[in-house]
Amino acid sequence: MVALELILPILAATLRTATPLLLGALAGLFSERAGIIDVGLEGKMLVGAFAAAAAAAVTGNVLLGLVAGIGGACLLGLVHAYACVTLRGSQVVSGMAINIIASGLTATLALAWFSQGGQTPPLPPGARFLPVTLPGAAALAGVPVLGPAYAALVSGQTVLVYLALILVPFSAWVLYRTRFGLRLRASGEHPAAVDTAGISVARLRYSAVMVASVLCGIAGAYIATAQGAGFVRDMVAGRGYIALAAMILGGWRPWPILFTCLLFGLLDAVAIRLQGVAVPGIGAFPVQALQALPYLLTVVLLAGFVGRAIPPRASGQPYVKER
Amino acid sequence: MAIRDSRDAIRLGIEMVHQHFMLVERFTVLENVMLGAEGGPLLARGAALARAGLARLGEAFGLRVDPDARVGNLPVGAQQRVEILKALHRGAEVLILDEPTGVLTPQEADDLFRVLRALRAQGRTVLLITHKLREIMAVTDAVSVMRAGRMVAHRETAATSVAELGELMIGRRLAAPAPRPAPKLGPVLLEARNLSVRDAGGVERVKGVDLTLRGGEILGIAGVAGNGQGELLETLAAMRRPATGEIRLGGRTVFPGWGFNPAALRRQRLGHVPEDRLRSGLLRNASAAETAILGYQDDPSWRRFGLLAPPAIAAHAARLMRDYDVRPPDPALRSALFSGGNQQKLILAREIDRDPQVLLVGQPTRGVDIGGIDAIHQRLLACRAAGKAVLLVSVELDEIMALADRILVMFDGRIMGELATAEADERRLGLLMAGVSPERAA
Repeated sequence: MVALELILPILAATLRTATPLLLGALAGLFSERAGIIDVGLEGKMLVGAFAAAAAAAVTGNVLLGLVAGIGGACLLGLVHAYACVTLRGSQVVSGMAINIIASGLTATLALAWFSQGGQTPPLPPGARFLPVTLPGAAALAGVPVLGPAYAALVSGQTVLVYLALILVPFSAWVLYRTRFGLRLRASGEHPAAVDTAGISVARLRYSAVMVASVLCGIAGAYIATAQGAGFVRDMVAGRGYIALAAMILGGWRPWPILFTCLLFGLLDAVAIRLQGVAVPGIGAFPVQALQALPYLLTVVLLAGFVGRAIPPRASGQPYVKER
Repeated sequence: MAIRDSRDAIRLGIEMVHQHFMLVERFTVLENVMLGAEGGPLLARGAALARAGLARLGEAFGLRVDPDARVGNLPVGAQQRVEILKALHRGAEVLILDEPTGVLTPQEADDLFRVLRALRAQGRTVLLITHKLREIMAVTDAVSVMRAGRMVAHRETAATSVAELGELMIGRRLAAPAPRPAPKLGPVLLEARNLSVRDAGGVERVKGVDLTLRGGEILGIAGVAGNGQGELLETLAAMRRPATGEIRLGGRTVFPGWGFNPAALRRQRLGHVPEDRLRSGLLRNASAAETAILGYQDDPSWRRFGLLAPPAIAAHAARLMRDYDVRPPDPALRSALFSGGNQQKLILAREIDRDPQVLLVGQPTRGVDIGGIDAIHQRLLACRAAGKAVLLVSVELDEIMALADRILVMFDGRIMGELATAEADERRLGLLMAGVSPERAA
């Protein structure tokens, strides 16, 4: 039972830390499957976090915060789509520019609007997403193993965690079972084939980037109003990049992406747990080593040591109608 | 009814099978066929319909393909069947095929023709774009000849002949070869035996070519663009590696062997004026002086203490520009700012000035004005008089007739035949260029 008491909190923390990664990675999935590289996940999540926290702080309504977060990320997404699709610019450069803009803009606006040193005011419980207790948690409480597990893992998460998990099968369904998904995947593989079939590649890619922006907005709102209680400068802290790594490691496919996000979430949860724990002979546990693992794994995979990550064939290439 | 984009054409029942397939390789056959004709926002119902449709079309036209196979794993012939199925599934009444047999094996081409005949029998219209006269005679009912962007003739296939079509393709009497002294033939300087070349996609572009080039002669290689001449030229210059065969330069075997690369061949006095000067002849943003030493930048005569010496390079470039009448004669000017003819004269000057024993020249007067053409031709004839071996690849028959002593005609990667310039006329050249061998044409 001691083991259970140790493991359950870590697993519950894993779900919480994996959620923003999952939302971000699914965002990247939609964008890149359509042929638009999205290194701007970080920036869109940051703007989403700021807009959500700001709106929730002003209105006291967390749902309005979520809507604002999505709106903020979408504005930035529109800029990315305009630069990549309409102007046929470099997608990586545009993505990096978005990250830099987001970092500066959120800090500046926070300072100008709230005068609290680049933060939003701390959110009261009513302006945050709170854990919901699912029915049955009380009834199962007496059952050994199953009871505590249900209470800690299945029940007691915020709505956005459930939403992120449901989005995995939903994304798979959209990509592989709908007309939109078929066209989206085709425009990431061979846009000329989409064009000759009489379908607008530009419109498809715009829609894909907007879908990605909505998901980034939700991820940002989760970070600021569910995980945290307000906006703090640069609070996304690289999770946009880790989401990108999870997407690549997951081979641009929804179910493997769920797996890699949970893995990275677990690493993060364990790292938090081990903070300050002394290891005989070394001293304090080197948490940074665990935190670097997602990046290392991605580099190893991209270098071709484990299997091979095959990106969509036309990703990163602006579509030009005639040769 | 005006057609503004592909959507309008599709609505009118016009479908095209492109030379480069419009297929998503990672998709299954079924997914490719459904793209753009999904039959609703969800795929399930449309997929069932498409599956049934594929079976029906496969039956009717002999186009059998496994609907669940990944397109990237299919052979080229099957991929083309998928393209045709895609068109038919969308309800094509008019099917346009652009050079459909370019990538097919002879058996696959025969299968294709069977399909086209079946389509005709079922009342569909097929428009076949090809330069292979044999295909036209084999499957068409009527033929139009297009030349330099114009429709120049229309014939019933039954009422015409390969010979007439060949002449129509060339379209006019060729100028008689200019009188000039008989070649003073020197030793064999360039030899290729059974040379085969594959492109990056694995398609064989040059198929078992033999050629022999002696000092003091110009050998012309004629043919419709895209029949392997460019690949042959690049291979002889070591810009591509042959799949099989042997190349001898100045009596030494350079392939197979170590050091088969452009720099090594340059040191063995092979000059190369590439077909596409902007891609491989010069650097647009480099100065004329830099262009003038490109490929020979290691020459010690413009190096001081191991570094390039700009004054020496500029002096060298200024001399070349004066000798070859490159205008404006400014070595500091960016290469991109010269006219096509002057760029070409500069490249020619660079290569000829190294006194090569063999000079490979591709499309030397493409995009060059009349005055420039004449100057370039005089230079090539001077090389011939000086005992150099010149290989001239050109799609301009007038140019070949004006310069070459012998003419090889390439078709589909092979040498279709060889003619002495004196006995070449539009009929013979036209037939060879269209892939009809001389015995059959007679």
